Amino acid sequence: MTDQDLRAAVAAGVLGAEESYRALLRSIVETARAIFAAKASSIFLLDEATDELVFEAVAGEGEETLVGMRLPSGTGIAGWVVSSRQPLVIEDVGRDPRFGREAAESTGFVPKGLMAVPLLLEERSLGVLEVLDRPQRSRFTLAEMDLLGLFAGQAAIALDLLQRARTARSVMEDGGEEVAVVARIAERLQTLEGPRRDAGLRLLAALEEVLRG
Amino acid sequence: MPPVSEPESDEPEELPAWSLPADAVERIAAPEGWPDRVTREWAWGSSTGAGVTVCILDSGVETGHPLVGRVDRAVAISVAEDESVLAEEDGEGDLCGHGTACAGIIRSLAPECALVSVRVLGAGYTGSGPVLLAGLRWAVEQGYDVINMSLSTTKSQFVSTLHELADRAYFDRTILVASAHNMPVKSYPWRFASVVSVGSHESADPYEVFSNPEPPVELFARGLELEVPWIGGGTLRVTGNSFATPHVAGLCALILSKHPGLQPFEVKSVLRLVSTNVEVNR
Repeated sequence: MTDQDLRAAVAAGVLGAEESYRALLRSIVETARAIFAAKASSIFLLDEATDELVFEAVAGEGEETLVGMRLPSGTGIAGWVVSSRQPLVIEDVGRDPRFGREAAESTGFVPKGLMAVPLLLEERSLGVLEVLDRPQRSRFTLAEMDLLGLFAGQAAIALDLLQRARTARSVMEDGGEEVAVVARIAERLQTLEGPRRDAGLRLLAALEEVLRG
Repeated sequence: MPPVSEPESDEPEELPAWSLPADAVERIAAPEGWPDRVTREWAWGSSTGAGVTVCILDSGVETGHPLVGRVDRAVAISVAEDESVLAEEDGEGDLCGHGTACAGIIRSLAPECALVSVRVLGAGYTGSGPVLLAGLRWAVEQGYDVINMSLSTTKSQFVSTLHELADRAYFDRTILVASAHNMPVKSYPWRFASVVSVGSHESADPYEVFSNPEPPVELFARGLELEVPWIGGGTLRVTGNSFATPHVAGLCALILSKHPGLQPFEVKSVLRLVSTNVEVNR
């Protein structure tokens, strides 16, 4: 068990469950969809291990069925955006050679227009946020691009947290009981209050002293 | 001692940083002028770009596209495992469309400039850092008058080399016109003072530029919903700083063609003086 594994185990105990980050992602796509008055909005995670884009959150068209669906990472607009690290606005996908019609058809919903923005955190490209079929009534503006960038900032942080939670959990699962017990102690300490918490901390300090020899 | 008072809370409205929405134009009005008025007519009136070479460091340029016309030279850059750099004549054209779009925009402004394509990106607008650096170094060494760089990297490991190349271009009288990222992230080389950095405005006038009082983005040019040449001989409607940048590269070609002795900082000054938001032009 490495130092990193232990840290991850403690993190797993205190970070909170993957479910809360998924809920955060879902709330981001719901808000984005509402603000742009779009038919749908979705967040893809770039799974570097398998080189695939995974639907992590969907609001609107496809929300019942798409979460968890995987596409090769080079696919269509999302693939272009995740690798170029630049946003893209397309009013008519039918005219754009970058649009992956087959992939869109496999999701059951082919949009007419879309906006896609990369989820960037420091030097990493974590995924893509898309807003599909905003009303055609108005001309696209640069202010909308800026707004989409703000949502992307939120979504990137949420995706990062989700990935950390998953890494921590997988370390726990692979590390067996010796790692799990550390995580359970960390989790338990989080929930304790008052004299019991103080006593627990004293005991841990004493344990540390014994272990140090 | 009297208490130090807090500054008044009427903070100025946020200035545009990465783009210039139409309703922000009034807020960047610049009062200062110049003793003798530099106008668009003085800067590039009757210029065609003849005698100026513009290099497009991008995904290649489609040969024979009617909206691009003649491409004087096209090379593809690659870096071998032993780190040696190859600049080979490029017969593949454009793998993604992005470079063709930039070339078409420059051609539309400067119909008689010479165009050179240096391909550093592959299909899907992807490329590696070492190839980008090698391509820029190669282009700077050729001494082209203008280099259009509608791309940037977020990788900090490349920053010092990019900086050195940008400075070298500046002192060699090569104007490096670099696209700002479309999102508020740190990327390079557009953040360097030795390049001309470009973001988008919403006006439809291809000759119109705005000078940003709050760099690092220095100029805003046309970048919203414009029809550009794309691969396959057709056109595509696009938006983004990638397409604002070649407008400024094209204007640099026009200015240098008419005023061949100007240095990069002087061309940048001319662009500021013809900016729509500078008092005398409003």
